[in-house]
Amino acid sequence: MPAVSKGDGMRGLAVFISDIRNCKSKEAEIKRINKELANIRSKFKGDKALDGYSKKKYVCKLLFIFLLGHDIDFGHMEAVNLLSSNKYTEKQIGYLFISVLVNSNSDLISLINNAIKNDLSSRNPTFMNLALHCIANVGSREMAEAFAAEVPRILVAGDTMDSVKQSAALCLLRLNRTSPDLVLMGEWTARVVHLLNDQHLGVVTAATSLITTLAQKSPEDFKTSVSLAVARLSRIVSSASTDLQDYTYYFVAAPWLSVKLLRLLQCYPPPEDGAIRGRLTECLETILNKAQEPPKSKKVQHSNAKNAVLFEAISLIIHHDSEPTLLVRACNQLGQFLQHRETNLRYLALESMCTLASSEFSHEAVKTHIETVINALKSERDVSVRQRAVDLLYAMCDRSNAKQIVAEMLSYLETADYSIREEIVLKVAILAEKYAVDYTWYVDTILNLIRFAGDYVSDEVWYRVIQIVINRDEVQGYAAKTVFEALQAPACHENLVKVGGYILGEFGNLIAGDSRSSPLVQFDLLHSKFHLCSVPTRALLLSAYIKFINLFPEVKGTIQEVLRSDSQLRNADVELQQRAVEYLRLSSIASTDILATVLEEMPPFPERESSILAKLKRKKGPGNLHPDLDENRKERSANGGTADHSSTTSNAKSSPLSFVGDLLAPASTAPSTKRPRPVSSSYLLQAPLTPIPPQASAVPVLLSAGPLFQVAASPTPSTDLLGLGSTITTQNSAPPASKGTSLLVDVFSENIAAFPVETPVAVGPVADENFSRFVCKNNGVLYENQLLQIGLKSEFRQNLGRMYVFFGNKTSTQFMNFAASVVCQDTLQTQLNVHAKPADPTVDGGAQLQQILNIECMSDFVDAPVLNIQFRYGGTLQNVAVKLPITLNKFFQPTEMTSQDFFQRWKQLGAPQQEVQKIFKAKHSMDTEVTKAKIMGFGAALLDGVDPNPSNFVGAGVIHTKTTQVGCLLRLEPNTHAQMYRLTLRTSRDTVSQRLCDLLSEQF
Amino acid sequence: MIKAILIFNNHGKPRLSKFYEHYSEDTEQQIIRETFHLVSKRDENVCNFLEGGMLIGGSENKLICRHYATLYFVFCVDSSESELGILDLIQVFVETLDKCFENVCELDLIFHVDKVHNILAEMVMGGMVLETNMNEIITQVDAQNKMEKSEAGIAGAPARAVSAVKNMNLPEMPRNINIGDISIKVPNLLSFK
Repeated sequence: MPAVSKGDGMRGLAVFISDIRNCKSKEAEIKRINKELANIRSKFKGDKALDGYSKKKYVCKLLFIFLLGHDIDFGHMEAVNLLSSNKYTEKQIGYLFISVLVNSNSDLISLINNAIKNDLSSRNPTFMNLALHCIANVGSREMAEAFAAEVPRILVAGDTMDSVKQSAALCLLRLNRTSPDLVLMGEWTARVVHLLNDQHLGVVTAATSLITTLAQKSPEDFKTSVSLAVARLSRIVSSASTDLQDYTYYFVAAPWLSVKLLRLLQCYPPPEDGAIRGRLTECLETILNKAQEPPKSKKVQHSNAKNAVLFEAISLIIHHDSEPTLLVRACNQLGQFLQHRETNLRYLALESMCTLASSEFSHEAVKTHIETVINALKSERDVSVRQRAVDLLYAMCDRSNAKQIVAEMLSYLETADYSIREEIVLKVAILAEKYAVDYTWYVDTILNLIRFAGDYVSDEVWYRVIQIVINRDEVQGYAAKTVFEALQAPACHENLVKVGGYILGEFGNLIAGDSRSSPLVQFDLLHSKFHLCSVPTRALLLSAYIKFINLFPEVKGTIQEVLRSDSQLRNADVELQQRAVEYLRLSSIASTDILATVLEEMPPFPERESSILAKLKRKKGPGNLHPDLDENRKERSANGGTADHSSTTSNAKSSPLSFVGDLLAPASTAPSTKRPRPVSSSYLLQAPLTPIPPQASAVPVLLSAGPLFQVAASPTPSTDLLGLGSTITTQNSAPPASKGTSLLVDVFSENIAAFPVETPVAVGPVADENFSRFVCKNNGVLYENQLLQIGLKSEFRQNLGRMYVFFGNKTSTQFMNFAASVVCQDTLQTQLNVHAKPADPTVDGGAQLQQILNIECMSDFVDAPVLNIQFRYGGTLQNVAVKLPITLNKFFQPTEMTSQDFFQRWKQLGAPQQEVQKIFKAKHSMDTEVTKAKIMGFGAALLDGVDPNPSNFVGAGVIHTKTTQVGCLLRLEPNTHAQMYRLTLRTSRDTVSQRLCDLLSEQF
Repeated sequence: MIKAILIFNNHGKPRLSKFYEHYSEDTEQQIIRETFHLVSKRDENVCNFLEGGMLIGGSENKLICRHYATLYFVFCVDSSESELGILDLIQVFVETLDKCFENVCELDLIFHVDKVHNILAEMVMGGMVLETNMNEIITQVDAQNKMEKSEAGIAGAPARAVSAVKNMNLPEMPRNINIGDISIKVPNLLSFK
């Protein structure tokens, strides 16, 4: 680039832009930009003072570069200096740079505030406007603190120019949005209301926006605005199109102001004063009448402006919901629009009708348009419009038209856009349940849903159909028959297999009389799907098989053979293997009485709000839903059992939101129904086999010990889980309290007798199966076999740590020659010092030995030290080696930081090798609270409100080693739809990024 | 409230981006890409409203978009704005640009980012509509231009430079934005009085 002389300053800019546009590749563009950035940087740093033109040119270049998506990390100071210039050009470009680039850069804010303060008191309207614009565009808290008192003063001062008043009103509005606590009501409020009478329509428009927002916060203070707004609106509506001069837009008088005034009136109920109310009704009628007049212009702008006012008027009518004649007129008007040739109007009409459908005066009137809406669903070319049609059908649905609407939505589902299928599925499921007169229709509908859009049927939907079938006797036989028929299809969706497995497992006996669906046929049908299914579904099917053994003793042999096959008994998946082993055992040793008890039909589910509805609410926000949606659920809640069986139901309070809770609940409330019953077969089976103390692993207990049919168990808040675990333990030790529990204990002892307890002993060299559990926590059971249990308690501070290791002797015999040592292999020796204090050489039977390890982290490391244990038990020497869970993240110190700091540092750590990213599938359910707990357990500070997307998690911390400290930032983005996570680590050391990413990604 | 105003061309190149809510620069770029993706795959003559992308708040927000020749104008707004009102506002914006630049084209937006920002600032402030009266807006912009000229005597030179560049042979440039069915020259606002 040639040296830029004063005269052709803007030519430099033009040449630069042309250069960029002529770049053939992205690389060339970046190269050119970097060259330019270096040039500008040197100019800014240079000795020569730059004149206004050059500054303006360079700032323009920076703006252009920024627009292309490149970070600009300098020039802020120069921009701030421009603010204090006396020249308009320079000041203006400075403000522009700041409002585009400085969203909230804290170190500069005080300087910027100073400049703004000067400009506000300059009495020069142009400068004042620039300053007010800057406050409104940046809108940071510091600015609010500095100017929240000043701006209202400017707004209501008598000598303020109109254009400044406009800016001040909107500026105040912005401050009220960002920091409502700082904008205090005062004597200015009354005067703001009177701005509605201002001569200048621009001022009135800005003031109306301001008052609308303030009135939502404190309606009482602005009550007087209603009469003024009505008066103003009335004057506009009745004016001839020429009265308002420049504010007439394509023959429509002040459309924006009318819209704003109508919005303001929607903050209040209909006016109580009869005269005002009459005047308002008159206005609304006039607006409705105008819609029928022939257009004054053929231009689309004319009809747009006119209809903008009309739609807002209709919104107000719907909001007031008090004048039946107006409501019906509004509905008719919208009905006309439904068939209008303008797509925009059809869209808006569908949208407005949704709200109209919830008014009792107009619900019937809306229903008359059902055919048009169904037609829109089928024929609209635009998916946005079709989506509105779905919403409206959902809103207008009632008992009279439910079958038609559900059928139409189902048939639309087959061709629906992928983006809206899930929502339609939820809506169909809700409508089908809500308006089901006979439940056979409901079952058919849900099965069709799964057939047409199985991939979009979330777990909530099929959980719900099972709940309903279980709770309603009359539909069970039909459901069994229907799923049996549906499963005949050569290709079934996996969700159908799940429902089928569950229902046949429970109610297969109801259709077993027919030779076409004899027990063996049912079993063969289910088993033919087995190999095509994922692990959770297979687990469910195994449970269905064991239920079959109870229902149909004649197929016991066949099923046992299946369970006995290597593909089950030695399945690589622990859950499947465990179920196969346990079910096989259960079926061969338990008497039929015990089997019948353990595998009894599931008890009714307690009634509660449909989790599908909760899901839709989460998806859409409550606005689109009927308030009365759970009316008929209430009627049915009468048959829910009440719990009084205290010891086993103490943990039955499952979290209200999660459906997993729904499924868990019946298992734990089971004993309260009619007669004492086991908690759940699989709890019992579980307890003696894997005696993991509750504190050792809350999550795995749930995962493997879910009730018989629970699929995809997920870690709900851990207190619940601990509760579960401890109940099991108490049952284990407490003397049998009732007939029911004594039965349990029998099952236990039989199992224990039958199984020479074979918990997975570390056969291989080093046991590390519990290792990853300790990444996010410090205490728990690290290792256990039939002789020995090792517990850990540890604490870390900066680069130092102390670990208490507890060796528990589970036998009644003394361990002799006991010795435990810690080995750091290879490079780890230099990275980590672990010093073990000597401990006693004997451990008495049933006693515990404590050993203390002192740990020092020298530099970052990857491997983990190994704890070698040797002792003599009886005559034999025992060797155990366990990986000690000392991981790099233990040396985290959490760091709190603000959003801007976070992103600034995030940017600073932008080099490619500093960032490690991993995208992986969720292994557990994606519960926000659990995730938060894990990140905090991991050691980083969880930063709330930093990420603009609230569902993401960001954390920050510093890894302390003896030699260095490494700052770490992390960001976890869950995608619940795909059940995936993306984890990004940025630290100043590549090895640290990599290690932390590996450690943390294993936790979800 | 208006959350963001985006202008990009048919290839997704941003020509103006103004966010009235704080996002990181990365997110802003992602929003632009996402929005372009949503908007550009739509047919002509479908409706001008659609639900916002996930990054900018999903179905809480609406995108109001208009396509003029090579450029998409997209306003992202929340539920407190009237859709048709915003659609008209886009029209006012484009008509104002057309008056200020005399037959506005994509190149004007490229070479005069600062001016476009100034014009926009006269219409929208902190996400709220400030002024909708085109004459008022143009009066303000003219006043600013006068001030600029009075401050720099050599102001003529850069303008000449720009016009020289405009005449340079740049590839893929449609010269004028065809503003749909309003013929920009005809509706001289004075005639409405």
